[in-house]
Amino acid sequence: MSEFVFLYRGAERPASPQEMQQNMQKWMSWFQDLSSGGHIKDRGQPLDTTGKVVGRKKIVTDGPFAEAKDLVGGFTIVEAKDLSEAAELSKGCPIFERNGFVEVRPVMKM
Amino acid sequence: MVAVLTRIFGVHNLALAEDVVQDAFCRALEVWKFSGWPENPSAWLMAAARNRAVDALRRERTARTFAPELGRALDSEWTLVPTVDQQFAPHAIQDDSLRMMFSCCHPRLKEEAQVALILNILCGFSVSEVAGAFVAGRAAIEKRIQRAKQVLASSRRLFDVTDAAEFSGRLPAVQRALYLLFNEGYHGASAEAPVRAELCGEAMRLTALLREHPGGGTPATFALSALMWLHAARLPSRMDAGGGLTSWLDQDRSRWNGALVAEAERLLERSASGTELTEYHVEAAIAWIHTTARRAEDTDWKSVVTLYDRLMKLRPSPVVALNRAIAISQLDGPERGLEELRAIADRDRLASYPFYPAAQGELELRCGRSEEAREHFRAARALARNPSERRFFEQRVAACDAEPRARESRMRRPA
Repeated sequence: MSEFVFLYRGAERPASPQEMQQNMQKWMSWFQDLSSGGHIKDRGQPLDTTGKVVGRKKIVTDGPFAEAKDLVGGFTIVEAKDLSEAAELSKGCPIFERNGFVEVRPVMKM
Repeated sequence: MVAVLTRIFGVHNLALAEDVVQDAFCRALEVWKFSGWPENPSAWLMAAARNRAVDALRRERTARTFAPELGRALDSEWTLVPTVDQQFAPHAIQDDSLRMMFSCCHPRLKEEAQVALILNILCGFSVSEVAGAFVAGRAAIEKRIQRAKQVLASSRRLFDVTDAAEFSGRLPAVQRALYLLFNEGYHGASAEAPVRAELCGEAMRLTALLREHPGGGTPATFALSALMWLHAARLPSRMDAGGGLTSWLDQDRSRWNGALVAEAERLLERSASGTELTEYHVEAAIAWIHTTARRAEDTDWKSVVTLYDRLMKLRPSPVVALNRAIAISQLDGPERGLEELRAIADRDRLASYPFYPAAQGELELRCGRSEEAREHFRAARALARNPSERRFFEQRVAACDAEPRARESRMRRPA
C-alpha cells in the first residue's frame, strides 16, 4: 500500500445553504465509502478561498482568489495499491458534479 | 442533550458534555432576555448545544480524544459538522437516551445511585432537585452522584445497545431503576410533597422509550408500563384540594384518568405473552383489580390476596407482606388482618415505615378498640415523613377520639 494525495480543484462554490448542506452530505458518503474500504489515511481539510500568496521574491500578496481557475479547495491523503487504483478511487468524488476535478499525486518516499 | 453529547465526546468526557449543555442554557438565558421566548425553545437549545459542541470539538481537538466509535471523523472539517448533525437526528437522540439509561445502570453502582444518575443526567434534575426527590441531604446526594459519574466516566465506552446478550443482561436493572423512580414519585418520602407527578412522568416517558426498542419491549417491560399507567391514572385523586392525602377507599373515582386506564389495558394485553411471570405482572394485575372495581366495596379481594401470595413468592418483602395483610383484613375481617400483621417476618425493617402502625390502627379501630387504635395512629404520626402524611394521621387520631363519644351517646339513648 502506498500513500497518495487527492487535491480537489476548480469546483464552483455552492450557491445556497441548502446546496451546501447537500454537498456536505455527498462528501460524507464518499468519505464513508473510502473509509470502509480502508483507503483513508487522513481525511484532510477543506481550504478557505482567501489566503496569501508569497511570491518568488518573498513578496506577500492577497490570493489566490475564488474565481481563480483550478483553485485548490482541499486535500485528502489516501492509501491504495498503486497510482491507478488511487485514480480510480477518486472518481466517486462529488467535486465532479460541480465542474471540478481531482489531482492525484503519489507521496514521494525520500 | 447530555446523552447525545456524551455519545459524540465519549463517556470519558461526560463533564465536558455537561459543561456544553450548561453553556447552551446560559446562552439561552442571555439571549431570551432580550429577544423573548423563541417559538420552539427546545429546538433552539438543541441548536445552541450543537454549535457549542462543534466549537468545543475544534478547540479541544489537539488536547483530547473523543468517542472512539466516531474515529477520526471529528478531526477533519470535511466531516466534523455532518457527523455532529447525525447525532442530533431524532432517532439518534432516542437511541442516545436509551444508551445513557443503560449506561447509568452500571453494575458497580447501587440502585439508589443508578436512579440518582438517571434523574440527574437523563431527566435534567439538578443535584438539589434529586436530593428533594429522595429523603437525603444535598451533600450526601452530591457525593453519590459525583462518585456515580466517576464510575460512569471510567467505563471504556457507553453501553452498547446493539449487543443483544449485554442488553438483556442489563435490562432487569434498568426496569428496576425505572420502577424505583416511579415509586419515588408516587409514594415519595419527600419532605415537601408526597406525590411528585413529574417523577412519575419521567419514569413513564423513559419506560415508553424502552418499550419501543425491539430488545426492550419484553412482556416484563409491558407489565411495568401497565403498572405505571394504572397508578398514574389514580394520581389526580390521591391528594385533595388542600394538599392532604386521601385514603384510596375514599377517593373520588370519577377523577381517575380514563385514557391512562385504557392505555394500561392495551399494555396489559401486550404483557400477557411469553412464559415468564414477573413481579411487575403481579403488581400490574393487583393494580388492575383495584382500578376496575367500580367502588371500593366491589373490589375482588379474594383475587387480590391470591396475587399477593404470588408476589410474596416472587419478591418477598415486609412492605409486600404488609399490603397482603391489609388485603386479608378486607377479605377475612380485621382480627385476621391483625394476626397477619403481627406475623410479618422481618417486621423490624418496618420500624420507620409509618404505614405499619397506621394499618394496625385501622384494624384495631374496626375491631372497636379505639384506645389501642389511637396509640397506633400516634406512632404513625411520629413517623410521618412530610406534612401531608402527618395531617392524614392526625385525622385518624381524631377519628378515634370520636368513637367513644359515639358509643356513649348510643348508651345514653333510652332502651
